[in-house]
Amino acid sequence: MEKFKSYEELKALRETLRIGRPDKSSEDKPVRVKVAMATCGIASGAKEVLDYFTAELKKRSVSCSISQTGCMGYCYAEPTVEIILPNREPVVFGYVDIVRADEIIEKYIKTGELVDGIIPTNYERR
Amino acid sequence: MQLMVCAGNSCRHHNSEDVITRIKWRIETDEELMNSVQVIQTACFGLCASGTIIKVLPGNIFYANVKPEDTDEIINEHIINGRVVERLLYHPDDQKVIFGTKCLNRKQIRIALRNCGVVNPENIDHCIKHNSYLAMGKVLTEYSPAETIEIIKKSGLRGRGGGGFPCGLKWEIASKNDADQKYVVCNADEGDPGAFMDRSILEGDPHAVLESMVICGYCVGASKGLIYIRAEYPLAIKRLKIAIEQARNYGLLGENILGTGFSFDISLRYGAGAFVCGEETALIHSMEGKRGEPTNKPPFPAQSGYLGKPTNVNNVETFANIPQIILNGANWFASIGTEKSKGTKVFALAGKINNVGLIEVPMGTTLREIIYEIGGGIRGGKKFKAVQTGGPSGGCLTEKHLDIPIDYESLTQAGSMMGSGGMIVMDEDDCMVSVAKFYLDFIVEESCGKCAPCRIGNKRLYEMLDKITQGKGTLEDLERLKNLCNVIKDTSLCGLGQTSPNPVLSTMENFAEEYYEHVVEKKCRSGHCKSLYYYVVSDELCVGCGACRRCCPVHAITGDKKQIHHIDPDICIRCGECIEKCSFDAITIELEPKRVTVL
Repeated sequence: MEKFKSYEELKALRETLRIGRPDKSSEDKPVRVKVAMATCGIASGAKEVLDYFTAELKKRSVSCSISQTGCMGYCYAEPTVEIILPNREPVVFGYVDIVRADEIIEKYIKTGELVDGIIPTNYERR
Repeated sequence: MQLMVCAGNSCRHHNSEDVITRIKWRIETDEELMNSVQVIQTACFGLCASGTIIKVLPGNIFYANVKPEDTDEIINEHIINGRVVERLLYHPDDQKVIFGTKCLNRKQIRIALRNCGVVNPENIDHCIKHNSYLAMGKVLTEYSPAETIEIIKKSGLRGRGGGGFPCGLKWEIASKNDADQKYVVCNADEGDPGAFMDRSILEGDPHAVLESMVICGYCVGASKGLIYIRAEYPLAIKRLKIAIEQARNYGLLGENILGTGFSFDISLRYGAGAFVCGEETALIHSMEGKRGEPTNKPPFPAQSGYLGKPTNVNNVETFANIPQIILNGANWFASIGTEKSKGTKVFALAGKINNVGLIEVPMGTTLREIIYEIGGGIRGGKKFKAVQTGGPSGGCLTEKHLDIPIDYESLTQAGSMMGSGGMIVMDEDDCMVSVAKFYLDFIVEESCGKCAPCRIGNKRLYEMLDKITQGKGTLEDLERLKNLCNVIKDTSLCGLGQTSPNPVLSTMENFAEEYYEHVVEKKCRSGHCKSLYYYVVSDELCVGCGACRRCCPVHAITGDKKQIHHIDPDICIRCGECIEKCSFDAITIELEPKRVTVL
């Protein structure tokens, strides 16, 4: 990647990223899976869950982007996973192990049907 | 239609399991309902005082205090007839509660943690998409250093590391000192037991910190930034390294940033995890390769810091707030919080609480809101006893402090301090003398040894507390304990020693009766202190089988075959082995020793 030569170039990249560059960035697919991968999440098994999602979603040919992210703040319910379906509000699932991950893929991601273990968002971002 | 039933720990105490079973049973026995209604168990809604909570979708209707017997009414009226059950509707008595689309209870506002848990920290594109480096670009192209400092000053942002020194003022002082080279240092030496705010920020959104350091460098006139991070945070280090590398590739760090002519680069310095190195001067010495020992101020780091050059040191969380202040304006930030403490504070909520977590609340939120609404109350439905804030330098707050709005001043007034944001909640099972002892143990380990009050005084404090928890303390000890605390406070060299007696003083102040019980009655009401409870054999239940006698590792149990056995409390090490072995439940734990009648 070229270095930015001005503030405008940075803003321009941000705009392109906002609109979406499906060819370049894998973060822009309609279905997005985010796994909270802070030290504490990893300690409770988030890495296995992330690997499982990566492998299984590919195997089951679900088009989506999977990414790691930082702490969501729900330490009591680690590992936590956020799923964003198109035109729906993001939903956070807690206590996700491989069994629950399977359920989330089959039910929520494929059909949009909610499953147990949802964590109600308890903060707003400013 | 979906029924979301809270299955959080607190609602479980309000019988949520029965509520769920009953609803599920009702729905499963009705084919029509089976096809149209789904029951979903959720985690805590944060309305724990009003459990069990049920949210109905669509419509976002919240029902509170739902008992198992109320479920039929909800199903018949709401689901089948489409009429809201007014009787059970949730009525917030607190006007501050906002009716959001997803959740009722939004006591939390995320500013420093804004991108934490949202962006992929290892992908700079994803971070830029979520506004990373926008504030930096704005400052470098639109504002002069003086203007930027003015914005930070106006926002009222104060140091989040614990001291609460106004951030803008700190930058201004550093900017006014002339030198050929200045430094910006990020203090990521988070050492309080139970605190993990800085680690979470660095792991979740490292770019926010890098970006702010560039802004800070621009303001104070520095071209080099250093992040002092403890080696115990390998993941944070890894992500910082990736972030720095990616930012350099984009020209967001290094020479001529964004074509503005301003150059700034950041490198990492590793700490070995010493608590005292969180103190500015000790931190700088450690970075210079010297012993991590504090020195007297003045000179302040802003005058003579790293390698003798003017240095501006800020905490991770302080830095994480800066981009949002630049993007949204000083007035926006100043509108959140209390009169003297602006913005939000991140707390690491830990201990005997249901929803252990990383939270960010506006200044002025009360402890009650944090513990009972965000934290979901005390684990196991037990009684709240105290909350420890400010780590080893802070103190314990009790029930009478639950309703004070939290800010720097109010916490200090209540005998604790803001600290970096660790919050450890304790319940009735915790012994306050042991809590004080725990922190002293930490301090003894972490004292650098340079000044005598801290090196020797704290060791003596620990020994006295140990004596008290063993039931060997006297009333004179309590008096000496207090005196020594004050001496250490007044005569120690740095902040570590000056604040180290705080856990002792605040527990002595708030839980005087517990200290008294330990010393005079030789009792520990929480049953925590091993030497102050006793294993007792019941005369009625003991059959004299000898199982306990044979398993006791220290031979504290005596008794002949088919005779009542006896445990010698002076020999017993309270391992609990005998309780496990006894088939007749004859051995119990008592707060008082068994009276033995000598024949």
